[in-house]
Amino acid sequence: MSEAETQEAVPPLVPYLEPNAGKPYIAGSRCEACGHVFVGERQVCAKCTARGKMKPVHIAETGKLYAFTIVERSFPGVQVPFVDVVVDMDDGAHLKGTLLDVEPNPEKIPFDLPVKLVYREAVPINTKGKPYLTYYFVPA
Amino acid sequence: MSNDVYIVGVDMIKFGRYPDRTVPSLAAEAALMALDDAGLGIKDMQALFCGNLGQASGMVGQRLLNEIGQTGIPVTNVANACATGATAFRDAWMSIKAGVYDVVLAVGVEQMGKGLLGGGSNAPSPEGIIGSGTMPAMFAHIGNEHTRKYGTTFAQFARVSVKNHWHSTMNPKSMYRKETPLQEVMASEMIAYPNTKLMCSVNVDGSAAAVLCSEAKVKQLGLMDRAVKVRASEMSSTPFESRQAAMPDFTAATRLAAKNVYERAGVGPDDINLIELHDCFATAEIVHYENLGICADGDAGKLIDSGETQLGGRIPVNVSGGLLSKGHPLGATGIANIYEVATHLRGRAGERQVEGARLGLTHVVGGGPGMGTACAIHILEKV
Repeated sequence: MSEAETQEAVPPLVPYLEPNAGKPYIAGSRCEACGHVFVGERQVCAKCTARGKMKPVHIAETGKLYAFTIVERSFPGVQVPFVDVVVDMDDGAHLKGTLLDVEPNPEKIPFDLPVKLVYREAVPINTKGKPYLTYYFVPA
Repeated sequence: MSNDVYIVGVDMIKFGRYPDRTVPSLAAEAALMALDDAGLGIKDMQALFCGNLGQASGMVGQRLLNEIGQTGIPVTNVANACATGATAFRDAWMSIKAGVYDVVLAVGVEQMGKGLLGGGSNAPSPEGIIGSGTMPAMFAHIGNEHTRKYGTTFAQFARVSVKNHWHSTMNPKSMYRKETPLQEVMASEMIAYPNTKLMCSVNVDGSAAAVLCSEAKVKQLGLMDRAVKVRASEMSSTPFESRQAAMPDFTAATRLAAKNVYERAGVGPDDINLIELHDCFATAEIVHYENLGICADGDAGKLIDSGETQLGGRIPVNVSGGLLSKGHPLGATGIANIYEVATHLRGRAGERQVEGARLGLTHVVGGGPGMGTACAIHILEKV
């Protein structure tokens, strides 16, 4: 099986992650009236209320860490600790995710850390072992 | 005669865990207590507004009347995240303000399990893979944003819990009544940095109720001796802010409702003598000091350090013990906050009484990832 076919077989964990035959991206919408970039597809701008102005875009692959927390307690079966971040993407979008490859220590996680997206498979706690395609952040 | 609306009866049950009770029975208990406080009965009520989240499709208001008297009055069942109880209260207030009724009952009730909130969907769970959907993590981000902007420290956030737990030792209706020194708060189990377990609100069962009355009816019934005036009531939903999809935002909605409520009441934050605000997590209380205008942006850390928000200080906040210690039964919280402030304005708060209280403010704000927010603020006035 080719890599592309493998990717096709694994569904995305969230609807705004587009598998795109092995070249995944985060699907977004840019309002041509006010310029705001949203994660996910949408028809009307929640910011300026413009209709019929949404243009589908691929969300930027890089950004800077805006805020974080280190989650030490989660639902049963979820591995902790993990670093939960809000990232200001370089195109103005804002995306939440898990940041890998950093020490889970508040002293070691700087604000504005440059990060980038990577796409991997992961097994959610409630899918009986079935993997899904997801994204993570790693330091850029 | 003015069209002002008054609270003439208000009460809450002691918050706790009542696994053997039903939601309607908890609601009924608070409803009867509020009616007794007013010296009225269910036959005097012209409408019921009932707030509950966990059984939002379960007609809790009708089942409550089944327990205390099926008089046939209109029932409006309300669900609006952590603003559920306050929304029921505001709907009751509006019905009198509109001149449709002159005496109505508002009830908030919730029965909760223990543990983390934020899960519960059948879709594949992104928890841990795409950050966290848990409430402590969400409110950790909000605190972390404050740290980013103003350098607020872990110890400053933790001091909120020290204060509110101390306050709760003076409140017989609080779930917990135990002092927690700063070291204990900071050393308790870390849930989502910087929120430790003692910096998270307590999931409890509870109910609270209020009887609202038009001015003409208060005078006709001779109830002005126990009345508290609703000076202003405002609500907001989520005004657009660009990070909301990634990071739930409780600030924009609170600031909008606060601006409107002060304008409507014709007072400012400096005129308020006590506040019950939505301390669902210690980090939340810090940001709401600024959102409600009791200190300048960036000064909330200094404000908690100064002691001005504790009992005896310039502007006591959450003297009930707050959601952190009194407990947070989602649908009941909004009316329980109103009970607390009204009790001080009536001079009946005992050991924790805020002396000379004339104006008090209640604030709740709720919501969740991908949902948006609901905020309700009331300003109450001593008669």
